[in-house]
Amino acid sequence: MSPLRQDLQIVADWVGEGQRVLDLGCGDGRLLRHLFEQRRATGYGLEIDPEGITRSIANGINVIESDLDEGLADFDDGAFDQVILTQTLQAVQRPDQLLKDMLRVGRTGIVTFPNFAYYRLRWHIAVRGRMPMSKALSYGWYETPNIHFCTIRDFEALCEDLGIHILERRVLSHEMKQPWIGGLLPNLFGEVALYRICRASGRSE
Amino acid sequence: MTMARSFPNDSVGLVETHQARFDERLRLECGRELPGYELAYQTYGRLNADASNAVLVCHALSGSHHAAGYDHPEARKPGWWESCIGPGKPLDTDRFFVVCSNNIGGCHGSTGPVSINPETGHPYGADFPMVTVGDWVRTQARLADHLGIQRWAAVAGGSLGGMQALQWAIDEPDRIGHAVVIAAAPRLSAQNIAFNEVARQAIRSDPQFHEGRYAANGERPETGLMLARMLGHITYLSEAAMGEKFGRDRRGEPSAYGFHYDVEFEVESYLRHQGQSFVDRFDANTYLLMTKALDYFDPAARHGGDLTRTLATTRAPFFVASFTSDWRFPSSASREIVRALLDSNRRVSYAEIRANHGHDAFLMPVPRYLEVFRTYMDRVATEVGA
Repeated sequence: MSPLRQDLQIVADWVGEGQRVLDLGCGDGRLLRHLFEQRRATGYGLEIDPEGITRSIANGINVIESDLDEGLADFDDGAFDQVILTQTLQAVQRPDQLLKDMLRVGRTGIVTFPNFAYYRLRWHIAVRGRMPMSKALSYGWYETPNIHFCTIRDFEALCEDLGIHILERRVLSHEMKQPWIGGLLPNLFGEVALYRICRASGRSE
Repeated sequence: MTMARSFPNDSVGLVETHQARFDERLRLECGRELPGYELAYQTYGRLNADASNAVLVCHALSGSHHAAGYDHPEARKPGWWESCIGPGKPLDTDRFFVVCSNNIGGCHGSTGPVSINPETGHPYGADFPMVTVGDWVRTQARLADHLGIQRWAAVAGGSLGGMQALQWAIDEPDRIGHAVVIAAAPRLSAQNIAFNEVARQAIRSDPQFHEGRYAANGERPETGLMLARMLGHITYLSEAAMGEKFGRDRRGEPSAYGFHYDVEFEVESYLRHQGQSFVDRFDANTYLLMTKALDYFDPAARHGGDLTRTLATTRAPFFVASFTSDWRFPSSASREIVRALLDSNRRVSYAEIRANHGHDAFLMPVPRYLEVFRTYMDRVATEVGA
């Protein structure tokens, strides 16, 4: 199997040995397969795309066809050690409700998303006056499934409002490289933001 | 001169039926016993040296052990799951040894109401005891012994057959590698039981039913059985599928109504044809027994209705699939199975296939269905080295 993309590798490194994991929007199941094989993790992936479901099955993971916009009602409180949401937060109807639901069924959560305040995207709007398109955001504004873009500051403000505690933050700059100048000005230079979160009331780590 | 018939390349081709005779007494869930019984079955593909590549296929209400291929050289129609069994198909006969048996109580060769009761010398007819899905699992476990199969790589089925695969996972956790449960439910809804009751009443109120002893009179409740099947067919299709297939099309003079009760709309013609051809191949007492087995199916009842606890002792990973337009066994019923498996930390994958064929979709070559089913079975084959 090919090595994981840099952002997924960081996520994988956050998952402990033998943990129970729920991967929301698991795509082709690559991350979960890695976690099953390398971390002896168990758990499930949720996916809505038929092609992703078939490929997840081919990858040997447990995948459940699900619409994240319908919530996580199928899962009991605290059923998982980690609930993972990679590059999908911006595509759901109510990111706030999903974040709350994640931390209901999981002890901790991992969230990654494209930072809309990334300087190249700002340049698109500021200079060209057009909605940004990039390799990471390759849809036109009229067809994009990404309906709730946010910035690093937006996300952190939302966590504050929801009583979510940020355990750790990482950013990656252009093409998933390590950020410039040791991660200074992340909201400007971070293209992808990665967070480890938990409920503020129940800080477990 | 007769030309050798050529069958499609992805078909198992000409198949034969085997009979297995079991002389031990079989105590049934209803409390009665069969002194012995026979199972009619077919097999496709070859059993490998360590007997690890066997897949049991369970049939639905009106199915039989003839699941794939052609049962005689001139046969026009292949077995009921031809779309899924054969070389390169989801149940790939180049890799798996596929077994399908006719359930006891059936009318296609296994012991059932049309068989001779050894104690009376006459057909059992209405005296055949009621059978349950659990009874079927026990008889199939004996068939596995007979075939030298300690453990099925998978047990698979759709509809009532899917329920049987579920029962297998519960009753014989050590003898089933994977459970493939398609278009099934953990139990019937009140609406489902209601449809079955109308079907049974159609049969039982036929003047030729004679309390189930019609064979002794040389008669058959054909009208009742036909009505039961017509009703069933309506529930197996979706409104959209029927609309697409027949619309309001009429036969003959399309411009004017006939003002009569003969066949006029295409959908009437279809239902009558389905009903009529069913009567030629099915026994009314078997239909009653099968619908009752469906109604009684409720494995969670033993655990106070708690499906999660019921499934907690299963070991097989599950593949569950449902179809969007199936209102007889809707996706919500499959999701209930999935949820119980999730809650008891079982391994499960679930796909909801977009298809407008209604319940019958599980028999159809729906491309996404075949692809995801094939992918899952590929995983099973790899596991058992097939």
